[in-house]
Amino acid sequence: MKISPARVWREKNARYRLEGGRCKRCGKLFYPPKTACPYCGCLEVEKTELPKRGKVLSFAIEHGVPEGFRHQAPIIVALIELENGVKVVSTLTDVNPEEVYIGMSVEATLRRIWEESDEGIIIYGIKFIPTE
Amino acid sequence: MYVAGVGMTKVDRHYDKGFQELVYLAVKNLLNDVKEYSPQAIVVGNMMSSSLYQQDSLAAVVTDAVGLRGKGGFKVEAACGSGGHAIAAGYALIASGLYDQVLVVGVEKMSDYPTSVVTLALAQASDFEHEAIYGASFAALNALAMRLYMHKYEAKREDLALWPVRMHEHGSQNPYAQLRNRITVEDVMKSAVIADPIRLMDSAPIGDGAAAVLLTSEDVVRKLTDTPIQVAGVGLGSDGLDLASREDLLKPISIVVASEKAYKMAGIEPKQIDVAEIHDAFTITALLSIEGMGFASFGEAWKLIREGRFVAGDKPSLNLSGGLKARGHPVGATGVYQVAEVVMQLRGDFPGVKISKAEIGAAMNTGGVATLTSIIILKR
Ligand SMILES: [Zn+2]
Repeated sequence: MKISPARVWREKNARYRLEGGRCKRCGKLFYPPKTACPYCGCLEVEKTELPKRGKVLSFAIEHGVPEGFRHQAPIIVALIELENGVKVVSTLTDVNPEEVYIGMSVEATLRRIWEESDEGIIIYGIKFIPTE
Repeated sequence: MYVAGVGMTKVDRHYDKGFQELVYLAVKNLLNDVKEYSPQAIVVGNMMSSSLYQQDSLAAVVTDAVGLRGKGGFKVEAACGSGGHAIAAGYALIASGLYDQVLVVGVEKMSDYPTSVVTLALAQASDFEHEAIYGASFAALNALAMRLYMHKYEAKREDLALWPVRMHEHGSQNPYAQLRNRITVEDVMKSAVIADPIRLMDSAPIGDGAAAVLLTSEDVVRKLTDTPIQVAGVGLGSDGLDLASREDLLKPISIVVASEKAYKMAGIEPKQIDVAEIHDAFTITALLSIEGMGFASFGEAWKLIREGRFVAGDKPSLNLSGGLKARGHPVGATGVYQVAEVVMQLRGDFPGVKISKAEIGAAMNTGGVATLTSIIILKR
């Protein structure tokens, strides 16, 4: 598998700026962006940039990593609640796995997320780091 | 609509068998279970033939494997829930009046590749662009739900080790099960960490398998079998592909919606179900399934398991096969195994742990983190 530049390019706003969606009917915010509101089904949604700080709701210390991620192991996968209540699944970096706890304050940072192979595109995206 | 007959292959690392040999064995067993057999179409439940084996057109692999060239068919994909959805598609082909005998086959090959390659293929069940691309494995996404469950409901890690111990006990008596060894809570707690808090013994093993179910209309079923089992209800449901946009990760709406639909169609309440096979790819999946199906209030399943509920003879008796944990989880085939097992429980001829005089059964299969769920209600 070789990921094409277009596939990475069209996700840039969600992945580099944490752009989510806002429903024009019920007003709810969500991430990742979708073409319809996941809560009321409304087809009229707009893009909105989300806050970059939040706290850890849950996390997993992943040792059995998928092919292509061995050099990142262990990966700290986290469910994060941003300051406005929107949730994001991402990974934590620059922190010891033993030091992560539920409720920990974190903020977004742009990092490499996947190098599919030696030749292909290097994919960037938002990871989270502790704020204190 | 009825199930006229069933057949299974033991789940295992079948290095000497490909798709067609696995399907062949399951259908040979089905042929011993029916008086005659002439399916007009084939539906195949499978997840990874494309991602791991570069093989599409899987229904044609199946037709040639069992001498049915000429009959039409297609593959159904709903990740680890493919098998149950294949049963639903087979049901629809007969309910529509298009056919009166449909062969539903679930088949999966997983054991030829290193675990990391299978892990990447399984991660395709999640939101690839927003979860898997960060390296999040399927186990890690389930681990997010498990940690949240333990935190919110104050369950201890040891409490969640009781389920896999029970599943291995059941699996030890099922000749079709992949894992037939008994284990202890200590074994679970000491097993390798996959994605903390999920350990190896919280997880279904990697294995190969095939199962077959012959669905028929009421008009022809008596020609095929003297012990028909009625398909009384079918329910489907979905939740967010990604976990982030779910309002409550511990209340999977796909299971709740599929249950309501299936129970209503069958005219039953969950407390009437005698026996069920539920989807326990991880221990947390079992808890969410038990609660989502209405066998326990939200947050209570772990306590009921600790109190000894859901064992053989309880109502419902759950996963007497050993479940995904011990029978095994050849992902896209699992839902077909579950229907075959529940049919055998209702007929009283399941060759492992069994209960007597079961009248109503359920098979609950889901793909992703309870993302795409099917529930099939069966009646004697
Ligand atoms: Zn809305």
